[in-house]
Amino acid sequence: MDFNKESQMSCSWYAQIENRLLQLLWHLIHVTIDLCYFPLGIADVLESYLISWGLLGRYKSFNVTKLRYLAIVVDSEEVYRTSKIIKLLQWLEAVGIKHVCLYDNEGVLKKSKDFILEKLDGTILFWDAHENDVLSDRQHMTLEFVSFSDGKEAVVKAANVLFMKYSKSGATDQNQKDKIFTESQMSNTLITVGSGGPKPDLLLVYGPARCHLGFPAWRIPYTEIVHMGPLKSMNYGSLVKAIYKFTMVQPNYGKLFFDLHCCVCKH
Amino acid sequence: MSFLRNKTGMLINEDVLGRLFSGWTSMLRKCMFRVLRAGPIPRHVAIIMDGNRRYAKRKRLQEGTGHDAGAMALLYLLVYCYELGIKYVTAYAFSIDNFKRNPEEVQKIMDLMMESVFLLARLSKIYSLRVHFAGNLQLLSADLRKAAKKLMENTADNSNLVLTICVSYTCSDEILHAIEESCKEKTKIAGRDDRGQGTDRVIKLVDIEKHMYMAVVPDPDIIIRTGGEWRLSNFLLWQSCCCHLSSIFTVWPEFGVLHLVWVVLDFQHKYTYFARKKNAIVDLGNG
Repeated sequence: MDFNKESQMSCSWYAQIENRLLQLLWHLIHVTIDLCYFPLGIADVLESYLISWGLLGRYKSFNVTKLRYLAIVVDSEEVYRTSKIIKLLQWLEAVGIKHVCLYDNEGVLKKSKDFILEKLDGTILFWDAHENDVLSDRQHMTLEFVSFSDGKEAVVKAANVLFMKYSKSGATDQNQKDKIFTESQMSNTLITVGSGGPKPDLLLVYGPARCHLGFPAWRIPYTEIVHMGPLKSMNYGSLVKAIYKFTMVQPNYGKLFFDLHCCVCKH
Repeated sequence: MSFLRNKTGMLINEDVLGRLFSGWTSMLRKCMFRVLRAGPIPRHVAIIMDGNRRYAKRKRLQEGTGHDAGAMALLYLLVYCYELGIKYVTAYAFSIDNFKRNPEEVQKIMDLMMESVFLLARLSKIYSLRVHFAGNLQLLSADLRKAAKKLMENTADNSNLVLTICVSYTCSDEILHAIEESCKEKTKIAGRDDRGQGTDRVIKLVDIEKHMYMAVVPDPDIIIRTGGEWRLSNFLLWQSCCCHLSSIFTVWPEFGVLHLVWVVLDFQHKYTYFARKKNAIVDLGNG
């Protein structure tokens, strides 16, 4: 009995040692990766400054017309850095971007929209520009503010609108296999419930990780998603590089910005 | 015939499987995974298997061989995930948009899918693998649809690893399908009980989510896209609110154990952030 007890204690002791060693090795691997990333980070920062100073020729001028609609996702832990966001928007305007959608999942940017618009001369809300038919006016940048409630919650609202139409149509055949609703109907209904909008060509994520954080799923089927790092360390060079890369390699996937016009006209 | 197939034209046989589980590479892999498991392991990994055609073109192979190589790579990934302790694997095999491709290529992929169904049926018996097909299966041929449904039924009770193959799938179609099914369900409830008024006639988020093709598995922790592209191509957009999006430059047939290790290490690095985000989004959803 004593032998068994001693044997069990030895096994438990060995298992603890093994776990500790594995954890140590695991931490060592992660530290090594951080150390490897350090010089790469320095190189990225250096390149960003060279781009900002205009020393890298290919970034000096490029055609941004391919980038018809840009979305910016800001992590909720950094969304209160309003001055940074305003600076970012000023940079985007300087580069020539005309339509920007700002997203944070808690809706903080939505609540700050008046303040942000006030700080940016001539910038107007996307939907105001649409109503006044000045979307193609190249003088103004438009802004759209989106939050988590424009994602799944909006789809639920749209579903109930479609359900009402379905009920009224009397199409109650339980064996119905044909599609009842189309994507176009869904897009129009989302506009009706106040959560529609163009599908961005490019989505820049400012936060610790590459994740869209609940940006409305319906709007990003073919959107390029690029991670820009934390907002606190944003820089002009990285922004220009991300947009340049998009304009150089991006074929025309996804819905055109002007599809929105067609949706609204039919509606 | 593709160089990946043996003399009888089979893609995988017991020799290939045997090589995967034996030898010093297998031992080295298990040691690596033992270290990785000291940290958090993702529960669900999803893959966009991009780059099969580029692989075939670069290697100057017959058309279609790239997809054979892609199928092999998926098999290897299943083994790695099984050994690492990843419970759910989802693979984006064929999008609804892919039906627009060259009809010969589409047929080749459908034939490969049928072959994969039989292969997975064999594997599921050995490894207690559950297989689920997510997508608009009505767009597939009757034979393939029947084989897929039979495999799903036969493996429904298996639980070691759940493989979801997204075929004839887009997230837009998934959302529309879920709304349609919710409408039909609510109409049925209203028809059965005329007193079914108020909230019974309102579609809620839980109604939509239970009708999603992907309702059988939890949301992914990581979505990996090979081939160097940065978009999700209408894959799991609804389910990826708090998901680590990983883009790997390597084409899918060349995706190996080291790539998986790298992705998991990256996930572990950001794990506490994603855990915070998941809690925050649950709180937002609860209002």
